[in-house]
Amino acid sequence: MTTATTATPRDAGPRQGRRPRTIAQSRRVEAAALVLPSLLPVLVLSVAPLVVGIALAFTDARLVRNPQYQFVGAENFQRLLDNGFFWTSFQIGMIWAVSVTLLQLAAGMGLALLLNADLKMQSLTRVLALIPWAMPPVVVAIMWRMIYSPNAGPLNAVLQAFGLPSDINWLANFSTALPAVIVVGVWVGMPQTTITLLAGLQQIPQELIEAASIDGAGAGRRFLSVTLPSLRPIITSITSLNFIWNFNSFSLVYVLTEGGPGGRTMLPMLFTYLEAFKNRNIGYAAAMGVVLVVVVVALLTLYLWTQSRSDKES
Amino acid sequence: MRKLVRPAQYLALIAYILFLGFPLLWLISASVKSSAELNSLTVSLLPSEWHWENFQIALERQGLLRSAANSAIVALASTALVVLISLPGAYAFDRFKGLVSKLGTGWILVSQVFPVILVILPLFLILRTTGLTDSLVGLTLVHTTYTLPFALWMLQGYVKAIPVDLEEAGAMDGAGRVRVLREIVFPLLMPGVVATAMFSFVSSWNEFFFALVLLQSPDNYTLPITLKMFVGGEGKVALGPLAAGSVLAAIPSIVFFSIMQKKLTRGLLAGAVKG
Repeated sequence: MTTATTATPRDAGPRQGRRPRTIAQSRRVEAAALVLPSLLPVLVLSVAPLVVGIALAFTDARLVRNPQYQFVGAENFQRLLDNGFFWTSFQIGMIWAVSVTLLQLAAGMGLALLLNADLKMQSLTRVLALIPWAMPPVVVAIMWRMIYSPNAGPLNAVLQAFGLPSDINWLANFSTALPAVIVVGVWVGMPQTTITLLAGLQQIPQELIEAASIDGAGAGRRFLSVTLPSLRPIITSITSLNFIWNFNSFSLVYVLTEGGPGGRTMLPMLFTYLEAFKNRNIGYAAAMGVVLVVVVVALLTLYLWTQSRSDKES
Repeated sequence: MRKLVRPAQYLALIAYILFLGFPLLWLISASVKSSAELNSLTVSLLPSEWHWENFQIALERQGLLRSAANSAIVALASTALVVLISLPGAYAFDRFKGLVSKLGTGWILVSQVFPVILVILPLFLILRTTGLTDSLVGLTLVHTTYTLPFALWMLQGYVKAIPVDLEEAGAMDGAGRVRVLREIVFPLLMPGVVATAMFSFVSSWNEFFFALVLLQSPDNYTLPITLKMFVGGEGKVALGPLAAGSVLAAIPSIVFFSIMQKKLTRGLLAGAVKG
């Protein structure tokens, strides 16, 4: 209905001296003129680089002054298969992305349920819940480095007050570095998850929950049999998005640990970054990027496929 | 049993508040502590003396002022570009349903899940051939490009809310498309434009990765990069001023999120329900 009416006046208006155009044509020209400014930068600085990036993966390109690239076929990918460091980093990336995503979901769900219950201090919590989202990743990392600081940090001070071991160098210790970094990841990602889940909770018809409690279902049962099934689609989409975001994350861990100690927090994005800009092998790094994208897309497709299958079954 | 539920809920809520709020509180407290207190073994949230001069030291001696100016220039310029470009774009995306707007929406989604690492390599090469690496102009263009998809999506929601009838009425009165846009649509879009502009400003102000790769000379560093350079070099820079600089760097985004708190929640609500 929009289409016909908006275009009519233009067509009927006084437009002498110009070749008459059909309505469809003039609409197309208008649309193109309006969209072109958005399309141009995206094509040049986003679509083109992506295509070139994939092409780079099949060359021996290096980041030098006068580069000469040669097409090397799948050689980069063959070398990658034998690169143990890359796959270790990939494994760390999976542990990081999966645990951060799951913990975000659990913590976000808890907070969303509390925010949906009729409690005091709601607005304070809502504002606090958004702060991690708002802060620059670099500042978040600096802040948590202070929290984890081995000798003057509040975390160790609290442990000491409880008589627990209080000389832990959280970010430099081989066994604590990755968990410590994961906690920060959860802190940063909680807001979006919480708000999305809260939105979902508010969509659930109150009658459904009341009906369940009349049937004698307790809080736990109501959650499992009414709330959780209603939230299923939202949970699926927010965990998928969180997983991708977490897997692609760079800045936070780069500032927290730079991948250390001994590569224990070397996320794949950090590994690829170092290969490209420290070792200057951009062809090889591009191949790593391609592999990461392919694997993540495959995993995600699998996850969404199993989700939609079990949706149909239930 | 019933009686225990409420207290347990409050206990959990307080735990969340501590977890979410304490780190920021600690950063603020560190920003006014002396170096001696920060390195001492007695740890307390309230500083024993208030050292406001940390802020002055951070700005003057550590070169943060220069970096903050760079950040502001890049953020303002890319915000202006994003608004200018996305205003007509978002309108067209909503009002003309065609192949381009379908592809556009698809790209918006893809770009949200995109690993920047794959893009940055060729982007670096492209910008280098045009002499735009290590330049604020280059960084502005990159920030514009990568904020654009979300800005388009955000503004499109606001366009959708404007009744088409209004435009038709304008058109009946003989106004051409440009006049309808300028005199009817754009004024109504102002709240959306303000929200989009604030979002673009904050994304650019906070952005780290592209700035890290593209900028090489310290004179061009944006605030996040300068702050990062201080990390690890704890001998060179005192912790107090570093915390002070971090607090300053976080202010724009916290202001934005406080203003937008309700809107963001509602916007996400709409998105979540549709998605």
